[in-house]
This record gives sequence, C-alpha cells and structure tokens, in this order.
Amino acid sequence: MRTKQTSTAFSRRTFIKMSAIAGAALASGCATHQRSNWEFFTEDEAATLTAICDQIIPADDFPSASQAGVLNYIDKQITRHYRRHQRAYRKGLGRANQVSQQQCGKILAVATPAEQFHVVASLENSDKPFFELVRSHTFEGYYGSPRHGGNRNAVSWRMLGLDEPPIRGRSLYDLKKGTPS
Amino acid sequence: MKRVNAVVIGAGAAGGIVAKELSTAGLSVVLLERGKWYTSNDCRKDDLRNQRTTLLGNAFGPPDEGNPRVWVDGKGISHIALPSEGDYQNNAACVGGGTLSYGAQAWRYLPQDFRMRSTYGVPAGSSLEDWPISYDDLEPFYVKAEYEIGISGDDSATPFRGPRSRDLPMPPLPVNREFGILEPAAKRLGLHPINIPMARNSIPYNGRGPCMRCRWCCGFACEVDAKNGSQNTVIPIALASGNCEMRTECMVKKILMDDRGRAHGISYFDADGRLQEQLSDIVVVSACAIESARLLLNSKSRLFPAGIGNRYDQVGRNLQGHHYTGAVGYFDFETYDDIGPGASIAVTDYNHGTPGLCGGGMLANEFIRLPIHSLDRLPTNTPRWGLGHKHAMRNYHKRTIVVIGPTQQIPTEHARVTVDASVKDKWGLPVARLQGNCHPHTFEIGDVQARRAQTWLKEAGAVDTSLMTSRPEVRPELIEASQHQAGTCRMGNDPRSSVVNRDCQIHEVDNVFVIDSSVNVTNGGFNPALTIMAVAYFASESLVRNWKGTGFRS
Ligand SMILES: Cc1cc2nc3c(=O)[nH]c(=O)nc-3n(C[C@H](O)[C@H](O)[C@H](O)COP(=O)(O)OP(=O)(O)OC[C@H]3O[C@@H](n4cnc5c(N)ncnc54)[C@H](O)[C@@H]3O)c2cc1C
Ligand code: SF4
Repeated sequence: MRTKQTSTAFSRRTFIKMSAIAGAALASGCATHQRSNWEFFTEDEAATLTAICDQIIPADDFPSASQAGVLNYIDKQITRHYRRHQRAYRKGLGRANQVSQQQCGKILAVATPAEQFHVVASLENSDKPFFELVRSHTFEGYYGSPRHGGNRNAVSWRMLGLDEPPIRGRSLYDLKKGTPS
Repeated sequence: MKRVNAVVIGAGAAGGIVAKELSTAGLSVVLLERGKWYTSNDCRKDDLRNQRTTLLGNAFGPPDEGNPRVWVDGKGISHIALPSEGDYQNNAACVGGGTLSYGAQAWRYLPQDFRMRSTYGVPAGSSLEDWPISYDDLEPFYVKAEYEIGISGDDSATPFRGPRSRDLPMPPLPVNREFGILEPAAKRLGLHPINIPMARNSIPYNGRGPCMRCRWCCGFACEVDAKNGSQNTVIPIALASGNCEMRTECMVKKILMDDRGRAHGISYFDADGRLQEQLSDIVVVSACAIESARLLLNSKSRLFPAGIGNRYDQVGRNLQGHHYTGAVGYFDFETYDDIGPGASIAVTDYNHGTPGLCGGGMLANEFIRLPIHSLDRLPTNTPRWGLGHKHAMRNYHKRTIVVIGPTQQIPTEHARVTVDASVKDKWGLPVARLQGNCHPHTFEIGDVQARRAQTWLKEAGAVDTSLMTSRPEVRPELIEASQHQAGTCRMGNDPRSSVVNRDCQIHEVDNVFVIDSSVNVTNGGFNPALTIMAVAYFASESLVRNWKGTGFRS
C-alpha cells in the first residue's frame, strides 16, 4: 500500500507560506510548485482531502476511504473525466482549511478526528456544492470498480459480503430454490 | 456511391429490424449508425462507466466530447447537457442502440394502452390520444419479435395481459431469491405475479447459450451474448442477406429533398469526418425519439422550410418517457443472492382500472443492485456520511428489495424537442433542445404506484420501507425521456395532429418513414423496446407490401 497521506511540519509550513499568496494562486487555479506524488493534488491538498474523505468513510474493521485508495481515484479522475472539477477542488480544499483554522486554530490535516468531524459537518452546510462533490467522489472511489484506482483489492465489496472474484457460470447449476435461506 | 433502394438511419432496436426485413425482401439497403460496433472484448463490467451508471461517461455512446444538447429549466433558462449527464436524456449510440446494454425486459403493451383517449378521455392540458393501430393489429408482430429476437419468461398467471396467439419461445430463467420472497406476498394481496418476459436466453437459442446469471446486466453488454438485441439477431441476418451494407461511425446530417417534394437520399459525415451522400429511393429514420426529431427538423429545404413532416408544427412534440416510482423495503434477513439479472417478478394488475387515475404501470423488482446503487437507497434515518452510513451499507446492501415501475406518462404537446441553432455539435449541426414537463396527473399516478410498491414490500416482510418518488416541486423541468424516450413523431390519421400515418410514413412525403420509438402515441406502463420492435416489423411489412420494383408508391 502506498502511503501518500503524510502530513508533516513541512506541509504545514508550506501551507502558511501558501496562504499568503492563496488568493492569487487559488483564483488562477494554478497548481503549486512543490514536488508531489500525485498527478493533480499537492501534498498539502492531498492531506486536507484525506481528512475530509476519511470523515465521510472512516475506518472501522474495514479500511477508511483513503486507506482503500479513494484519493488515488479522485486524483486520477480529476485529470481525466472530472477535469471540470479541478477548480472546485483547488478552491474548496483551501476553504476547508480556512474553516478549520477558524474553528480549531490549525489546518485540517493536523486536527484531531473529533475536530475534523466538526469541520466537515460545517462544510456540509456552509460549502454544500463542494462537500457534495467530495462525498460523491469518495463513495465512487470506495464502492466503485477497482479499475479506476479506488476500492483497493475490491475491499468494499468484500466488506459487503460479495464474492470477489465473482462466481461465473451459474447457469450450469440448479438455482431453482428461490426461497429465503 | 451507388444508389440503393433504402437508407436506414440508426442501427438500434427498430433500425436493425427494418434493415433485416427490407434486405431479406430483396431491397438493397445501407444501414448508417453514428456509433461503433462493440464486441465482447469491449464489454467491461465497470460499475462507474456503463450505460446506466454514467458517472465516468457512457460506455456505449455518445461520448461527452462534441455532442452537447440544450435543456431548458423551469424558469426558461437554457443549459448545456453532456451525454453522460441526466439532463441529456440519453439512450445509447452504437450498433444495437439501446438493445446492446438494455435490461431486456420485453413487455407487450396492454390492449387499453393503444386506446388511452377512448378509455379515459383527455385530462386537461394533455394530448392523450388513441393509436391508429390496435393491439390486435400488432399481435402477430409481437409474436414475430418474440421469436426472432428471442424472449424468455412466463406471463400466463395473470389475467391482465393481451391475448397471445403463441407462447413465448423460451421458459423463464430459474427464479432468484427476491422472487421467492415477493411472490407469496403478491398472492396474499390478491395480485397476479408473473415471470418477467426478457430478451435473454434462458436455454440455448438462436445459436447462442443461456444467461450465466452475472452481477452486471442492465447497462452492460453481455459477455456471453445471452442478451438479445438487434446487434446479435436481426442485424447479422441483414448483413448475411447480401443486400445490406452497414456503415458505422457515420453521422447522418440531413435528408436530401428534390424539387418535387420527395426524398432522394441523405448526406452524412463518415468515420473520417468527410461529408458523403448516399442516394436512395426511400429513407427510414430510426434514430430514437430525440435524434429522429432533430434530424427531421435539421432537414430544411425550399419546400420544407420548417423541416420534414413539420408542416403543422408537430415534429418533436409529445416527448415522453416513463415516470419511475416505487419503494425500497429493508429486511432483517438476506434478500440478495448475487444472481443476475435480478429483475424477475412483476405484477400488471395496476396498469389500468383504478378509479380516478388515467392508467398506471407495471411494478417489478429492480435489476440486481451494485454497491454504488445502494448509497442513496438506505433507510431514511441513515446519516448521509460517516460511520453510520458505512454501517448502513454493510447492514442493508444484502437486505434490501426495490420494487419499482414505469408509470405511463400523460403526454403534453409542450414537452418537446426543437433544434438550437446557437449550439452545434462537433459536425456543426444544431443540437437538440429539450423543454417542457410531465403532466401533473402523471405524478399523481406515480405516487399511488409508489405506495402500492410499499404495500407489497411490507406484506413480504420488510421491517422498514422508504418511498421513491420525485416531485415536480423539486424539479419543475422534469421531462423523464432518457432510455424510454418516445412520442416525438406521433403516428395518427390526421396530418394536423400527427407526423406519420399508421404505416410510419410521413404524411406529406411518401418516401420518408420514421420507424422507432418516436411514433409511439402513448408509451404504455411498460418498458417500450418490444413494442418498438413489433411496430418496426408491422411497418416493414406494409412497406415491403407497397414496394413496387425500384420505386415506391403508397
Ligand atoms: C441501460 C438501458 C436499459 C434499458 N432497459 C430496457 C428494458 O429493460 N426494456 C426495454 O423495453 N427497454 C429498455 N431500454 C430502452 C431501449 O433500449 C430503447 O427503448 C430502444 O433501444 C429504443 O429503440 P429505437 O430503435 O427507438 O432507438 P435506439 O435503439 O436508441 O437506436 C437508435 C440508433 O440511432 C443512432 N443514431 C441516432 N442519430 C443518428 C444519426 N444522425 N446518424 C446515424 N445514426 C444515428 C443511435 O446511435 C442509435 O444507435 C433500456 C435502455 C438502456 C440504455
Ligand atoms: S445477467 Fe445474464 S444476460 Fe445479463 S449480462 Fe449477465 S450473463 Fe448476460
């Protein structure tokens, strides 16, 4: 499993530096500058997004959104089919951190899970379109077909109790029962 | 290019049948299809990109790039819609059209469905009408479709069906678990449940094997070719006749008219984007309701300045589909058995005969559910995200049954397709513009149907239920055409209120035909494909009967 969700002091410093130029940089939609393992997101953006996605699908005995590769899914699609949402992500992630700064005095990635929950809950109201976008994409990445970079090892399908790989050739067997087991 | 007897535009449900019937009767045919011909190599079972769940695009066309439409919202404001977005109202664009990836429910309409006006009168503000042909006229052609396309199922247990001169060619698939749960409940309610007729092999048929019961069916092509569409039945026969040439990735631009008001061919853009002409004695438009109307409207000429068939401003009107409503039932035991295609049981008791309602619809259990479909079908008190949502997915994905049905829409002439000269597709052709709304009575019927679905689920032991209805307050511009789009070139006897006659021939141009979902006067309370196919056989037969050598006289 790749670990991409590191949020270090480095990222935080970068963020503070960034926020000074945030207005201009975000408005022009241009990506930053530091090296990133992602196709689209900066490491800081990825850390923020990880926090949001993992509130939408937290870990229990099955992986959280980010552990199942949801960020990988979103990062891939946003340079392909979802290119039209690039700006929404860039700006929305910036705003999420602003809300986090206001509510807990720190960026979202380093807030505690309880704090992250409250920030995401308030985004659901204050930043509805962005929240809905991330919610949908998180669900797609977690529950959709693994070929698009999410649902690593079909983990969500296993969680739901679906056979993976699916059984083929059922017409060879007698399935006439049709009654609840 | 060599002149041919007939050009058929669109290799979908109807176009495939017309091409087969004309070419095997000895006419030379060119079948033009804007999409590709997919094989089993192309049929990926992709939850996010298929013809039903189009989050990452349409699997079987059209692509998002260069194919916009315009839709008009409740306030009259125009918006662009891409083919993978709901407001585009897509069906499909490929060889087979919708039938490559459809769910393959293969319903006959009921006799009353062809006489809606006589049965119910005309609700205020609607354009409800009778068909100029009856169930009895169509019956032999339903049989033909059932045998040539290949239908399995058994509807003998209900009195609510039209007379059949022949049983279905294949028995139903063995039932799934949902059938076992819903059937006794329906009977306790006094209903008459049946095994849904399906264009799907349950036994070897037509040289292909039976369905292997997979998880990905409706919206997907079938990798074992057990699902029967025009692409694996009639089109191969047409091509084998030696009289039919199919050209794919060819977008028809317009129908060419001569100075005497008759068509003499069409122009189209070939796969390389070059403009070509194909001359012919007759032209058959089978491009599905929205694109057929668009093509007629875009075919302007000196004698037909408003487009072909549009003298009385009828082309594009009465756009309809189905208003789907139903209910979700939550059970305390597993209802899910992972056996496709999932949809198995239906009742037709509610299609007609409810005092105060103009019709109704069939109710059936839904196609097999993918995880992505469960997300917003959880119990109403489920949190929208967080651990609560994740746990609900785990609890209910396998403990849910959806009963849903296509409420027959009450048509209005304001729901319509026009063309928008200010928005062009990648070939420079004005795109379809969709506007209008469902008639309010449609929603009243749909609400009653949803409560009936709920009652059925409760009787079957659901511990909790939620209703699936969509109301015009939420989306005032709700058209609901998409996969079941129909009605835009209405069949009728009066040229002032219809576009084609009972033989699907344009009233004012005797060598142009529209044969596809466009001609449906009303759309039944059932999935429409088998009726579209039966009408295609019916119209092809009269076309061949009236064909005189190299010319066509009506
Ligand atoms: C996912 C899905 C599930 C469905 N499930 C069911 C079901 O269970 N039961 C049922 O009865 N129906 C179902 N349908 C609907 C059914 O497929 C349609 O009703 C049917 O295909 C319509 O037939 P048609 O001949 O009117 O048009 P189509 O089958 O859509 O064929 C029209 C063809 O014309 C082509 N075309 C359009 N414009 C041009 C042009 N200018 N030049 C060249 N070619 C052109 C299109 O590319 C298309 O291939 C489903 C559809 C989908 C997509
Ligand atoms: S359920 Fe049957 S018909 Fe449908 S795709 Fe699977 S094998 Fe084919």
